[in-house]
Amino acid sequence: MEQLLQQIINGISLGSIYALIALGYTMVYGIIKLINFAHSDVYMLGAFIGYFSMTTLKLGFLPSLLLSMLFSMILGVVIEKVAYKPLRNATRIAVLITAIGVSLFLEYVTMAIAGANVRSYPPLTGILTESFNLMGITITMQQILIVTITVVLMILLQFIVKKTRIGKAMRAVSLDSDAAELMGINVNSTISFTFALGSALAGAAGILVGIYYNSINPLMGTLPGIKAFVAAVFGGIGIIPGAMIGGYFIGIVEVLVSGYGNSMYRDGVVFAILILVLIIKPSGLLGKNTREKV
Amino acid sequence: MKKLIETNWIRKLISLILTFGIIQLLISLDIINSYLQTTLATICINIILAVSLNLITGFTGQFSLGHAGFMSIGAYTCALITLRVPSVLGFIIGVFAGAIMAAIVGFLVGLPTLRLRGDYLAIATLGMAEIIRIIFLNLDSITNGAAGLQDIPHFTNWPWLFVFTAGTILIISNFIKSSHGRACISIREDEIAADAMGINSTKYKVMAFTIGAFFAGIAGALYASTFNFIDPKIFSFSKSIDILVIVVLGGLGSISGSVIAAILLAIITTYLQSFANVQMIIYSLLLIIIMIFRPQGLMGSKELSLSMFSKIGEGFKPKKRRV
Repeated sequence: MEQLLQQIINGISLGSIYALIALGYTMVYGIIKLINFAHSDVYMLGAFIGYFSMTTLKLGFLPSLLLSMLFSMILGVVIEKVAYKPLRNATRIAVLITAIGVSLFLEYVTMAIAGANVRSYPPLTGILTESFNLMGITITMQQILIVTITVVLMILLQFIVKKTRIGKAMRAVSLDSDAAELMGINVNSTISFTFALGSALAGAAGILVGIYYNSINPLMGTLPGIKAFVAAVFGGIGIIPGAMIGGYFIGIVEVLVSGYGNSMYRDGVVFAILILVLIIKPSGLLGKNTREKV
Repeated sequence: MKKLIETNWIRKLISLILTFGIIQLLISLDIINSYLQTTLATICINIILAVSLNLITGFTGQFSLGHAGFMSIGAYTCALITLRVPSVLGFIIGVFAGAIMAAIVGFLVGLPTLRLRGDYLAIATLGMAEIIRIIFLNLDSITNGAAGLQDIPHFTNWPWLFVFTAGTILIISNFIKSSHGRACISIREDEIAADAMGINSTKYKVMAFTIGAFFAGIAGALYASTFNFIDPKIFSFSKSIDILVIVVLGGLGSISGSVIAAILLAIITTYLQSFANVQMIIYSLLLIIIMIFRPQGLMGSKELSLSMFSKIGEGFKPKKRRV
């Protein structure tokens, strides 16, 4: 029982990170129907910016977090403006290939600048290094930090999407971009804002992964990126609470499979569950089954 | 009418023999040296992969991100057979056994997942390919796990590669011209309309998927025999992406486009080899630039009427709908 709870706690920490990345995927997908492959590399760069701000600039954890979120935000908007905007009216698969191109570009430019080797993240200091026991379960301050930051960011995101003008615009564009434009919403700036929000969350996820796993490298984004996308699909792509549920679910399943089964089959189980969910409920857990009309 | 078909066939035959002969001559004159022969093999394998994925994604409109999974099944089956029966007969059996295994898996996977649409299908096929890869990774006793299979006997040479590549192109282009192929295209254009016209869309989607998997299996078998070494890492997600890039770059729904893109990309990669550190940066930039300036791919959905690949399928209407 204790072991199970311990595993679930570990799973929640990992799931928080997946959820943060998945939110970016799901928002971008919701608004322009694009699987933004470059998103996982924004996350990777977020981790790198955090690394440099903590080592070279010697900033603390929170300023580094904000810096990497800001940088990711700018990067996300630049990617959208340079690579995706010219393709607004092209087929979706063309945009997808462009996204793959951007992803490769970011990975290999980072590799050329920072080197391909694995870097270890600077250790946290002070109270953040501690851990405590609760009825036989070890909870580290890192885990509390990760979950707290994730929850705060998610509440903030929900607030922006549900209560602000720009959030309303985002929802309107994702529902029907033509109609939204007719109602006087600036579709382009709304899309940019969506990219900014999603990328900022990915940047935060990057720095959190850095302190959780202690190592970063230019190709670190690929697998978590795919899994986060799986999480988004699992919850029903385009639906923000779906991405959160999917992220936590996948994090917990992964940790449980490694803990009780064979860690080699970890990813396999995740994908198998995904396929099963899709076969039973083709539009994801929270997705609505839309009837196709002529 | 009959005469027209005959001249067409003769033209096709002559162009095939010419392509084969010229390259065979260049090989025997050592202009295509052993290094370039590896590139040639890569081109042929990529053509088979791209043409077969084009059948699924370009012609039938089903977005698959798991082609490397089928490829790996062919590769492992052929490798395991030729390691035990290291003869030409073993190689032929291996290639076809690999293809059939891949087709069976394609059929079994396709049946439940092809009722998904668009990106959900893409992600399901991605997951399927990853599961296949993880199974190979963990079947230590058979596949030697992460270390992979070494010393796979080498049987591929230009005649074999040519037979399989030309065979794939001919069979798939003929399939597309048949009524089955027309049915597949109609599903791409509008699935609801196709259904309404009495086309059993599930049947044709699974058919295209199975045929695509069959040829991906052949490509995998040739890969194993050419490079003498396979491990699960080779058939990861990025391999599926590489194949998709060739298809989209060449143009969805254009077989000659896939062929051209496969050749072009191989040439670019070979040329960029000398700039190892910036190779991938230039490659990715090229990808972005080509897509921004030519989002429909090099050939769109038209076919090129080169002398070596006589016109296959007259101008499918350029499609405006999304995949």
